[in-house]
Amino acid sequence: MIEDIFSRYPKKPESLVMILQDIQGAMGYLSEAALERVAEELNLPLAKVYSVASFYRVLKFKPTGKHNVKVCMGTACHVKGAPLILNSVLSKLKIKDGETTDDRKFTVQSVGCIGACAIGPVVEVNEECCGNMTVIKANKLLTRIDKNEKKS
Amino acid sequence: MIEVESIKSALDLARLQQQIRQRRARYRSSISVCGGTGCRAASCLKIRDAISEELAARKLCDTVNLVVTGCHGFCEQGPIVVIRPNNIFYPKVKLKDVPRIIAKSVMEGEPIMELLYRDPITQKSIPCEDDIPFYRQQKRVIFAQNGHISPTNITDYIATGGYSAISKALFEMTPSEIIEEISASELRGRGGGGFATGRKWALCRKSKNPIKYLICNGDEGDPGAFMDRSLLEGNPHAVIEGMLLGAYAIGAEEGFIYVRHEYPLAIKHLETALQAAKEAGLLGDRIMGSNFSFTITPSRGGGAFVCGESTALIASLEGRYPQPSAKYIHTTERGFHRAPTVLNNVETWANVPIIIAKGAANYRRCGSEGNTGTKIFSLVGKINNTGLVEVPMGITLRDIIFKIGAGIPNGKKFKAVQTGGPSGGCLPASQLDLPVDFTALKEAGSMMGSGGMIVMDEDTCMVDVAKYFVEFLYNESCGKCTPCREGLTTALALLKGITEGKGKIEDLEFLEEIAGWLEASSLCALGGSAAYPFISTIKYFRHEYEAHINEGRCEAGVCSALITYSIAPKECNGCGACMKVCPSSAIVGAKKQPHGIEAQACTKCGACIEVCKPKAIIRR
Repeated sequence: MIEDIFSRYPKKPESLVMILQDIQGAMGYLSEAALERVAEELNLPLAKVYSVASFYRVLKFKPTGKHNVKVCMGTACHVKGAPLILNSVLSKLKIKDGETTDDRKFTVQSVGCIGACAIGPVVEVNEECCGNMTVIKANKLLTRIDKNEKKS
Repeated sequence: MIEVESIKSALDLARLQQQIRQRRARYRSSISVCGGTGCRAASCLKIRDAISEELAARKLCDTVNLVVTGCHGFCEQGPIVVIRPNNIFYPKVKLKDVPRIIAKSVMEGEPIMELLYRDPITQKSIPCEDDIPFYRQQKRVIFAQNGHISPTNITDYIATGGYSAISKALFEMTPSEIIEEISASELRGRGGGGFATGRKWALCRKSKNPIKYLICNGDEGDPGAFMDRSLLEGNPHAVIEGMLLGAYAIGAEEGFIYVRHEYPLAIKHLETALQAAKEAGLLGDRIMGSNFSFTITPSRGGGAFVCGESTALIASLEGRYPQPSAKYIHTTERGFHRAPTVLNNVETWANVPIIIAKGAANYRRCGSEGNTGTKIFSLVGKINNTGLVEVPMGITLRDIIFKIGAGIPNGKKFKAVQTGGPSGGCLPASQLDLPVDFTALKEAGSMMGSGGMIVMDEDTCMVDVAKYFVEFLYNESCGKCTPCREGLTTALALLKGITEGKGKIEDLEFLEEIAGWLEASSLCALGGSAAYPFISTIKYFRHEYEAHINEGRCEAGVCSALITYSIAPKECNGCGACMKVCPSSAIVGAKKQPHGIEAQACTKCGACIEVCKPKAIIRR
């Protein structure tokens, strides 16, 4: 799989961030072995690969949950109550920001701004954007995903 | 479908344009479905499918043109459908209404009154898109095509005159003439700094280095701003054409578009557009049969705020650790791979084809001296009409907020407007008559920034807003220079203390001192302007800071350490709705009897307020 990703980009340091993003997209996170393989492929020191990867908050070194929940903390969402939504989602799932639930179902992360400011507060679940959120709507959203999972 | 063959001369382009227009003449009307991110969240693609089925069932596919366009700007009204040529505007379209809309508005050209947009102030239904106050007060130049063309279809862009500016430039103008034209237009960079674009290009062109680069900054890390996203999603060819003109003017053969990873749709549309332009001979070797060659590579950024800073962006693009570096030497002299580089943001590039096509003199007619053209703002927050608005520079804040935005919802009072993102400031009601341009905003203690405009009402706590921005910057600070790293750490600790009722009045002085260090000694502009959010709020809303410090009171009811939730027994009907939603079981009481909140268990999440119909819950 990693070899497929390498074939999409020129073998240059310029491709580093995009390769890391694609690996995370395919595997859910960046494993140590994957980072080593990237360093080897691009002929970069492993420390350099790690320094770049660890700079970006979106890149993860631990496996994430099945459903990725992003709570937008952009300014427009903030003034419309995003902190309340984040807190209630976290307390419902009993995790901290950026963590994954023990059953590996949910990872929750606050994000800078997803650029859907006009329909804020926004919660993104698995790349699907849900607008005009409230504490209750967000809780219902999670309950629904959980229920669908149990059904299937 | 018209096959676009490789364009090898100006005549080829003109012919193709003619051919597309003739082909389109058979359409008696067109339906444009907004496909921006906001409308997609409101399931606009299902609406598109329903329209498509309905058109097929009525055998209208050959005479009615169905287009999924980029963002129309009025995002909170999504999904939006506009029927042209009469421009009948339908907001919040529902699946069940699709057959009616086709029968009445498409076939007969008549509006359906009850489905139309209703003005929140006059309560009147408005049939035509252009008559809606939100659109009427705007001047859409850069966004002109956004609601009309399909971003994934190059023929749509060509039909509206697209790529004729590069054709004019290649065959009728010299590179220096282009730079002169851009300089004469007085175009200033739309990314925040407001540097004169023509001057930047001239500096780069002067360099003797034969290799030059061009970069489009689509990082747009400002929280609360999304105009670059909408431009890339809705009209990527305009950005590509702008870059072609820039490359021809400065003599670059390679360009990059750096887009945030968080904007998947923008990346997708951009990649489609680049491929189409390449196939049409508008990118690559010997463009349109001339001697000019240029390629554009899209690059996905990691979504860090600091990557919007030019030197950090270049580092990120090169695959290095993205920290800014000192600008003793400008990027126009030594930038990407140490070669001269011109870096402009998405909106700036989208301005370029318009200036070249219509001339600098025409462009200058809009706006004021030194602040020409239009600017796109993302008008969001506590405001009735939220969305993207394009206005002539120099319009007042009041016109934007009260005429276009239709004021504050729910009868609340306006408190402040925040411009310029985390590097900008908050302006109070007394500054509402300020003209919106680079100079005036800076003088008032804010800045233009990339165009976020967040409106706040009486329920917004200004100390909390200042804390929010400082926390954002603290998280995004790259940590390279001490003033930014340590200054923000200290400022955040002070602001947190104030919002928790542990502040001292001397803290305000200390904050002002930190602001001085930040501005004087930070390495890059992000640190240099990091104090604006708290300095502007201390300046205009000092009484709120004092209320937090002296009285331990948050008037807006936001700072959770200073507020408690209680239930007014007289208002409470004991319905139990709050009890059901309370995640911490803090609400007690018997059925049909007034409830109470156990303060120790309450996490202050606010869920009870949302469900309480008699509005018995007090947050104070």
